[in-house]
Amino acid sequence: MTLKATRTAARTRWLQDNGVYVAVGVLLLFNALFTANFLTLGNVTTQLVQAAPVLIVALGMALVIGTEGVDLSVGAVMALAAAIIPLYLGAGPLVAITMALVAGVLAGVFNGFLVARVGIQPIVATLALLVGGRGLALVIADGQLVQLHDPAFLALGTGDVLGVPISVLVAGVLAVAVAALTNRTTFGRQLVAIGGNRKAATLAGLPVTRVLIGVYAICGVLAAVAGVLATSRLSASDPADMGLLMELSAITAVVVGGTPLTGGRVRVLGTVFGVVLMQLVRATLIKHDLPDSIAQMIQAAIIIAAVYVARERR
Amino acid sequence: MTTTATPANTAAVPAGASRTKVLQRQGAAVALALVVAVSWLVFPRFGSLDNLRDLALQGAFLAVIALGMTFVIITGGIDLSVGSVYALGGVLAAWGSQHGFLVALLLPLVVCGLIGLVNGLLIARTNMAPFIVTLASLLFARGLLLVITDEGATTYQIPPDSAFVELGRGTVFGFGYPIFVAAVLCLLGGVVLNRTSFGQNVFATGGAEQSAVLMGVPIARTKVLVYTTSGTLAGLAGALTAAYLQSGVTVIGVGLELDAIAVVVIGGTLLTGGMGTVLGTVIGVGLIKVIQNVINQIGTLDSNYQSVVSGVFLLIVVVLQRILRR
Repeated sequence: MTLKATRTAARTRWLQDNGVYVAVGVLLLFNALFTANFLTLGNVTTQLVQAAPVLIVALGMALVIGTEGVDLSVGAVMALAAAIIPLYLGAGPLVAITMALVAGVLAGVFNGFLVARVGIQPIVATLALLVGGRGLALVIADGQLVQLHDPAFLALGTGDVLGVPISVLVAGVLAVAVAALTNRTTFGRQLVAIGGNRKAATLAGLPVTRVLIGVYAICGVLAAVAGVLATSRLSASDPADMGLLMELSAITAVVVGGTPLTGGRVRVLGTVFGVVLMQLVRATLIKHDLPDSIAQMIQAAIIIAAVYVARERR
Repeated sequence: MTTTATPANTAAVPAGASRTKVLQRQGAAVALALVVAVSWLVFPRFGSLDNLRDLALQGAFLAVIALGMTFVIITGGIDLSVGSVYALGGVLAAWGSQHGFLVALLLPLVVCGLIGLVNGLLIARTNMAPFIVTLASLLFARGLLLVITDEGATTYQIPPDSAFVELGRGTVFGFGYPIFVAAVLCLLGGVVLNRTSFGQNVFATGGAEQSAVLMGVPIARTKVLVYTTSGTLAGLAGALTAAYLQSGVTVIGVGLELDAIAVVVIGGTLLTGGMGTVLGTVIGVGLIKVIQNVINQIGTLDSNYQSVVSGVFLLIVVVLQRILRR
């Protein structure tokens, strides 16, 4: 290889790994210079609060994608969590939240069982819950939007600790936890190994079924957490709209953040920045009065650009 | 994706009817026959000519989209953009109808075909995952639709006396033209898939891409063609829907890609690629539509149960397929 080719390859490699950080930096700089009142505490807080549920879902999605899977049911699981909250809120917010999270775990175990034990492709296995899950949520809620009044539960969405909104704090803690899980535990290494080569992982004696079910369970419970937080912020249980198309936002953020759909690699920090990037793009376009139509087309272009840079060479 | 399935083995005999393949295909057909028979006996209105016409018309639009999806999925790909492209096709047709029949029909086919072409080129030439490329074009097509409709504020109407409306609302013995369009296209699709070298290339591309390359199968061209076809067919389904509704409704088609994927899978086409039939897809469309129709017939049953039943049904089918394949 010539020196020039080596340099080009190195530059491409660097861009693959760091493109999302550069993009976030460029957008921040642009807004700092050209957007009025962008880097104010109020606006930054608003943006972070909006991004928090997406990030929580995207963290779980990153793990699933790392196993060469995908979870299309996350939006439906958010809706299920939302529908369950008013049922148990009478017994106290802790009970209601616990029940919602249990539902998330069960949904995840169900997905994981279908993928790992029955051997159904992740897209189809989780598609079933996407289709049926929201319907189930609507049946539970009788198709109604329910206003919530429990002050302790609503505090989750409106409260803050030292100025940091609780939902942002939860998202931050979960991001650190998922990063630690991925990089510092046996479970994390096993899930990446399974995503890289499932056959080899099986032959090497890794507990493939258990790890896969665990990963989908984590994704399910994280989606439920996002559903609980979003419900609290909305101060209403709205299973018809809660988490609609969230699966696409989450997958986009994960992929833009540099986690390949082919599995075998999980980039948690990249996922965080992927979520931030997509939120920044939306905010920038809105602040500059660009219509939704253009915003969607630009998002499409960003997805293509990010995946083009990160794609595997033949 | 790595599952315990061995697509390479099944792909080696695309034309030959292996025992499991027959079982799978007949499984869906048997289920359809059962559901229809039970519905006929239990619900007196089910078998009425009016209801059957309605059922066939509802299925026709989905069948046209699912036909394109069948080809895409047999190549081992997926097309998430069809729901948006379908809506875009309808809006383009409605907009074009003021310039005459030909514009109303051709504009959506050309534009939606172009979106499919770009999908295909990106997937075939740059080695990007179909899932993510078509996810981007899902957003792009919706954006384009919003640009044309003044951010969704404008709904273009089709003049009720125009020839284009006739395409959507005209009938033969009470059966709508779209049913015949869908039937002819599916027949054509079946012939292309099973009787032409292009069809063989589609199977080979999805079965074992590496071996297909070595055998000299034009992988890239095949992929570009199937995605272009999928986009064009989604646009056509949108145009037919617009003609039927007499306007370009901007909010339709959200999540329709998932319906299309579901019926293709129920019809026995494997998401791993290399195997599948058009007949199976048609049966899949029939099953989903009959079930929805029946749930609507039970007046007391919450319409929310419709998606629950569809989800459970999809699950039963894929689990059964998996067990049959063992």
